Amino acid sequence: MNAPSITSTAQTPAVTRRFDLRAALKDSFRSALIMLGLSIPILAFRTDQSGGDIFLTPRWGLVAIICAIVFGLRLLLHAFTASKAYRQATPSSHQATEPVHAEPSAYQHVSKFAIPFFLGVALAFPLLVYLIQGGLNESRYWVDLGILILTYVMLGWGLNIVVGLAGLLDLGYVAFYAVGAYSYALLSTTFGLSFWICLPLAGILAAFWGMILGFPVLRLRGDYLAIVTLAFGEIVRLVLINWVDLTNGGAGISSIPRASFFGLPFTAGEGGFAATFGLEFNGMHRIIFLYYLILVLALLTNFVTMRLRRLPIGRAWEALREDEIACRSLGINTTNTKLTAFAIGAMFGGFAGSFFAVRQGFVSPESFNFLESAIILAIVVLGGMGSQIGVAIAAIVLVGGPEILRNLTFLQAIFGTGFDPNEYRLLLFGAGMVAMMVWRPRGLISEREPSVILKERKAISGSLVKEGHG
Amino acid sequence: MSTAGANIPMQGQQASTARQPLLSVRGVKTYYGNIIALKGVDMDVNEGEIVTLIGANGAGKSTLMMTIFGNPRAREGTITYAGQDITKMPTHEIARLSIAQSPEGRRIFARMTVFENLQMGASMNGLAYFDQDLERVCTLFPRLKERLQQRGGTLSGGEQQMLAIARALMSRPKLLLLDEPSLGLAPLIVKQIFNIIKELNEKDGMTVFLVEQNAYHALKLAHRGYVMVTGNITMSGSGRELLENPQVRAAYLEGGHH
Repeated sequence: MNAPSITSTAQTPAVTRRFDLRAALKDSFRSALIMLGLSIPILAFRTDQSGGDIFLTPRWGLVAIICAIVFGLRLLLHAFTASKAYRQATPSSHQATEPVHAEPSAYQHVSKFAIPFFLGVALAFPLLVYLIQGGLNESRYWVDLGILILTYVMLGWGLNIVVGLAGLLDLGYVAFYAVGAYSYALLSTTFGLSFWICLPLAGILAAFWGMILGFPVLRLRGDYLAIVTLAFGEIVRLVLINWVDLTNGGAGISSIPRASFFGLPFTAGEGGFAATFGLEFNGMHRIIFLYYLILVLALLTNFVTMRLRRLPIGRAWEALREDEIACRSLGINTTNTKLTAFAIGAMFGGFAGSFFAVRQGFVSPESFNFLESAIILAIVVLGGMGSQIGVAIAAIVLVGGPEILRNLTFLQAIFGTGFDPNEYRLLLFGAGMVAMMVWRPRGLISEREPSVILKERKAISGSLVKEGHG
Repeated sequence: MSTAGANIPMQGQQASTARQPLLSVRGVKTYYGNIIALKGVDMDVNEGEIVTLIGANGAGKSTLMMTIFGNPRAREGTITYAGQDITKMPTHEIARLSIAQSPEGRRIFARMTVFENLQMGASMNGLAYFDQDLERVCTLFPRLKERLQQRGGTLSGGEQQMLAIARALMSRPKLLLLDEPSLGLAPLIVKQIFNIIKELNEKDGMTVFLVEQNAYHALKLAHRGYVMVTGNITMSGSGRELLENPQVRAAYLEGGHH
């Protein structure tokens, strides 16, 4: 309904100038206001018939959400047109022989507000869902989906350290996920250790296994490395299946203790979370707690990665990805560099794994098959290797996409009532991959953001630029 | 001081200075699988010298340079740097002995910015002298200063070569190994780069070991030179001697440059 306003204003200002955040915000706000005006007669009240009478049910939550969506989309549209215009107006930095000026790239503009936007949505997600669905219990499906997506975001970020930063193609990342999950499952069921103790332990154990994998593959690169890591993933899974004494084999480990809210269990009785905070008991408290837990874990992964990128070790990973021989001749110990990449990547896999175990309450080798590794790797590759925000977007698309398709009822009208998009997940993956290879062969966000940005901009004298092109 | 050289057979060949060479290569044999690439090379680089090694394609020049850095490793013979046997030392440890290398094919980090490339070069001494050295490198290569924010891969060939040398300089080396710095560059840029090498040697007293195809420029610049043919050093002498040698002229200098 507000489509005309988008087309009428979007083209003129953005093409000529670079992205102007203030103007964009103003315009987005205006669009949201228009949306609000339009939705008052259309959306704000639902007419419910009961007997002979008609009741008006207010739906202000829905209106607020739709306005927020319009605002966000409008902002994205601005960013998109601005980045496109910017890219056309400036020579591509990939081919420039002239000095490229030190102004932030289009990608930096997008990420400047895309990151707060995503972060805000992620933080407010349970609340938004609660408002849309109109109740805690009704929103369970969506919060669960959020948890699932965030788990993959975290796994993607963890694998990104190994694949994206250090350039070591790892097809067996799910092994560390499994190590983390079984660490928590076994430690908690046999020794009764709490989740908060097991979480770091699981990370350490996974990191240890990362090093174990790292040692034999130190000399391998590319295809050979991929094959060995693939085998490693399968070995871990097969050990989990066959070491029945320890892991209970294919039957898995069930009734894993649940996480507590820093010591307060999520139970109905006295001393539980709900009773302590004076809330009415609801099973959803635990789910929402899990949502925020995985959000914190994922953000921790991101934070650590971003910090490491600025430290010598992170720089060494990136240099290793670019050129191993040059690295060595600059005095970098490539052995240690690779091992730390494997270990730190694996550690985050382990954290995610123990989260998986505490959330499911049940682990079995089924959950850690090669497909999982492939999905995580696909997330990293589609996101653009080394790009944090790209990985997050790819996780949302690849994991959330099929679920959202399932909820589009008109698809069932087209393909028949038995249509389940989940069955076509791999087909969608394939199609997505092919589309990516055609349009964005280096990933959704292919640009690597330099980890050091110099503040000063140099005026460039023409004589220096012209001199000796060769 | 001369204890390390005592049991080395080829001692007599060396000039009769009492000083021990900074880098000495004795009887080094390097193999690629079963194929022998270096057939027993002897060579010295004295402190403060520019020494150049010329030879045809496939003579083993780059192999010698890489062997000094331990990758591939010498199967026989010894390599001594400042009195220390580095034959079996891992590459990254050799790099920490104040030897820096600008390897063949430049090998800059293409997706990292020029600034980050330079930081990588200085990472060994913990960026302690980074600002100072950055300043110095930027004075040597004003072109790089313009492009500090640019990705390495977007530089032109000559700039990439400058970056490779600058990166090597960032570790404050005593000995600089350069593998074909003139490869694929326009004559003007080659001249610039050779001038900078000369400046480094004369002003900073840096010792330079230069592997080159561009025999004329390299020999003109060098104090001493070696000629390598299929894995053997066949000739050695001062740069001028080699330049005037008819055999060298016939093999490496005909073709009407300059």
